[in-house]
Amino acid sequence: MLVWILFLLCQVGAPALAQDLCQRDAPNGYKVRISLKTALGEDAYEWNQSEMFFFQATMAFAMRRHFQMETYNVDNIILCVQTSRVSFWFVVTSPDNTTMLIPKADVEKAVRMSRHRINNAFLLSDRTLEFLGIYPTLAAPVNPDTPPWLIVFGVVIGAVCAGIIALLVSSLLQKRRKEKGMTEDGQDEEDMQVKGVENGINLDGTYNRGFTDDDRFTKL
Amino acid sequence: MCFRSDTGGGEERPKWNNKAEYLLTCIGFAVGVGNVWRFPYLCQIYGGGAFLIPYLIALVFQGLPLLYLELAIGQRLRMGSIGVWNSISPYLGGVGVASMLVSFCVSLFYNTIVAWVLWYLFNSFQEPLPWSQCPLNHNNTGYVEECVESTPVNYFWYRQTLNITPNMETSGSLQWWMVVSLATAWSIVYICFVRGIETIGKAVYVTATFPYLVLTIFLVRALTLPGAYEGLIYLFTPDWEILKNPQVWLDAATQIFFSLSVAFGGLISFSSYNSQKNNCEKDAVLVGVINSATSIYASIPIFAILGFKAHTNYVTCLNGNILALTNEFDISDMNITVENYEQWFDSLNGTHPSRVSDLKLKTCDLQTFLDQSASGTGLAFIVFTEAVISMPGSQVWAVLFFIMLFSLGLSSMFGNLEGILTPLHDLKLVPKWMPNELFTGETIICLLLFLMALIFCLGSGNYWLEIFNSYVGSVPFLIIAFFEIIAVAYIYGIGRFSDDLEFMTGHRPNIFWKVCWLVISPLMLFVVLVAYVAVQAQTPPTYAAWNPDYVNFPNTEVLPYPDWVFAICVLLSSVPVISIPLVAIYRLICCMSGRHSKDSLHNNPNPYANEDYVVELLL
Repeated sequence: MLVWILFLLCQVGAPALAQDLCQRDAPNGYKVRISLKTALGEDAYEWNQSEMFFFQATMAFAMRRHFQMETYNVDNIILCVQTSRVSFWFVVTSPDNTTMLIPKADVEKAVRMSRHRINNAFLLSDRTLEFLGIYPTLAAPVNPDTPPWLIVFGVVIGAVCAGIIALLVSSLLQKRRKEKGMTEDGQDEEDMQVKGVENGINLDGTYNRGFTDDDRFTKL
Repeated sequence: MCFRSDTGGGEERPKWNNKAEYLLTCIGFAVGVGNVWRFPYLCQIYGGGAFLIPYLIALVFQGLPLLYLELAIGQRLRMGSIGVWNSISPYLGGVGVASMLVSFCVSLFYNTIVAWVLWYLFNSFQEPLPWSQCPLNHNNTGYVEECVESTPVNYFWYRQTLNITPNMETSGSLQWWMVVSLATAWSIVYICFVRGIETIGKAVYVTATFPYLVLTIFLVRALTLPGAYEGLIYLFTPDWEILKNPQVWLDAATQIFFSLSVAFGGLISFSSYNSQKNNCEKDAVLVGVINSATSIYASIPIFAILGFKAHTNYVTCLNGNILALTNEFDISDMNITVENYEQWFDSLNGTHPSRVSDLKLKTCDLQTFLDQSASGTGLAFIVFTEAVISMPGSQVWAVLFFIMLFSLGLSSMFGNLEGILTPLHDLKLVPKWMPNELFTGETIICLLLFLMALIFCLGSGNYWLEIFNSYVGSVPFLIIAFFEIIAVAYIYGIGRFSDDLEFMTGHRPNIFWKVCWLVISPLMLFVVLVAYVAVQAQTPPTYAAWNPDYVNFPNTEVLPYPDWVFAICVLLSSVPVISIPLVAIYRLICCMSGRHSKDSLHNNPNPYANEDYVVELLL
């Protein structure tokens, strides 16, 4: 009889106790906020009791992963204050003593450790699955060994230097070719005459070929 | 070919390969970064479509006559700016010297802007763009504070690019990455410049045409973005009342003037390489019209993109408010949207006014975001880069935009450098003992300009650049142009000038040009000059400093110029133009003491030269 009464009390009292443990602004609880439509748009699934159960299971997994000795169960994660936002509060009870809550700091450590797994379980991100009070760790900056801009700069300056050298070399070659051409012997005498060079003296003006005494043009 | 004015020395003057190269070079010189980042801003603040009226009036009555005048005298006298003004009147040789000095100062800071563009271009090849997010602080606990308080875009510009000091007194040190970018900019300019117009003529095929391609691509892309339509309406809605404000007319006149790049001496140099039988009237009208058309054409994609940016900011602001409301009242996710925000807000404010007011929601007004205008470097490096982040495929758009700005700047640099080098070549100031091709005038000038421009790579460099921009790039040009037009119209004589034009183009200038040169343009220039100086004198000399320790940071702190800096400002404005009276006085003294001038370009009167017997072979 007494056992029967005790059993009835437990059935009634346990959820009531659980309700006392989990409430809005519970000192050892966390508020979770989920934005399904923002994250998934049209592929958003409906948030129902099954999803809540999945959350409990995921949190239990996170607790187990962190405290490797203790076996947490779905019952150890108590949820309350559900809204249509979707947001709710949860607290974690110890597997040995269901009236004792796990301190906030330990829960935070567990969540931080498995944050990535929890996010992926729900197809969400740090921004759309928020644990209010647990700030996501900032992504480490990608620091390449050589800054990319230096690479682009190297390519550009290399091309420019190559261009400058090419121009200088080509102008030097042109100069050398001109000098070679000037000192070449056996140049066409007619050429020299046309340029107005007579007896080695440079005359200004153009040589008038009408007055050459070249026998090729006159046939007498 | 008339032998009256020869380059002397028996060396043939370089020639353009074809007319297209000459036109493209002139257009490239006239169309610069100002067409993209100054004109749209003016259009916006001066009542949109209504601004086009004073702008076009200034173009027709002031811009085109000056342009025609410069192209004509360069083509006729076949010399750089110093030689040309010496020929017209020895007493006005100072105008050429002033042109050269001003071109020198402008080249200094203009290529620094090109260096900044190159820096941003190099950094656009990263994913994600470096100005899209704040960097972490040293212990990786959070973002850099300066970046969080302002914006990532501002932080990248002021800290990671300029590393700006809080005021002008603190000079800071040389920023090595800026020096590297500046060296790249000067090397690229040098390589295009090393053989004179031979290489410039090839380079402008790309640098003068590429911006138009990019502007068209941006136009097509921008018109498909959300918010582009609002931006364009905002730009082009005319506000006719604004025409009563004299400041509008002043800004239109100065914008046309600086946009056409007259009084730099560069246009004179370019046209001096033409054959004398070239129709410079058509060229002038073409260059002027294309320059203005480019300004108007560029403002369309710019404003479409600014409209998109305003729209994005508005939506972000609204989304912030929506999130706050949703979280506070635990409303289902995405029930409040941008469309029904107003209704939700009213109903929630009606039922829980205290909770709503505690949220401290921001007022999001699209008009306020559209009003956030910027011009100059602010437009390119802050506003536009922010817009580009929100566009899909940001790297491509950033790269295209900065390559476009680079081409615009590079083609303008050609004109600036020509304004320095051609007079120097004509004066034969390059000593004969320079051994080989390596040490030409171009090399020396580019090296000298690069070394002097290192002051803009200091921490306070941006403040100095603003000084150069406002004090060198403004009043001296107005004064030089005024003297130019007086010299040609009154001292050279409009009759003689008309004869020259008849020789070159085949017909005398019509009454419109004559009236402009004699009366309208000098009068407009004088009025603009006086009004500009009056307005500048009224505004106290202050500058906007980026000071992270300022109380109202991220707003810039308005500081007055220190006295020594202000003295430098006055020097910068006056030293170039002081050469005009100085040379006149010098010539007067020489003339009065009866000695011939030692200037090789001064026409020594030869008693045996009879101009009637000069052979004119008409080509």
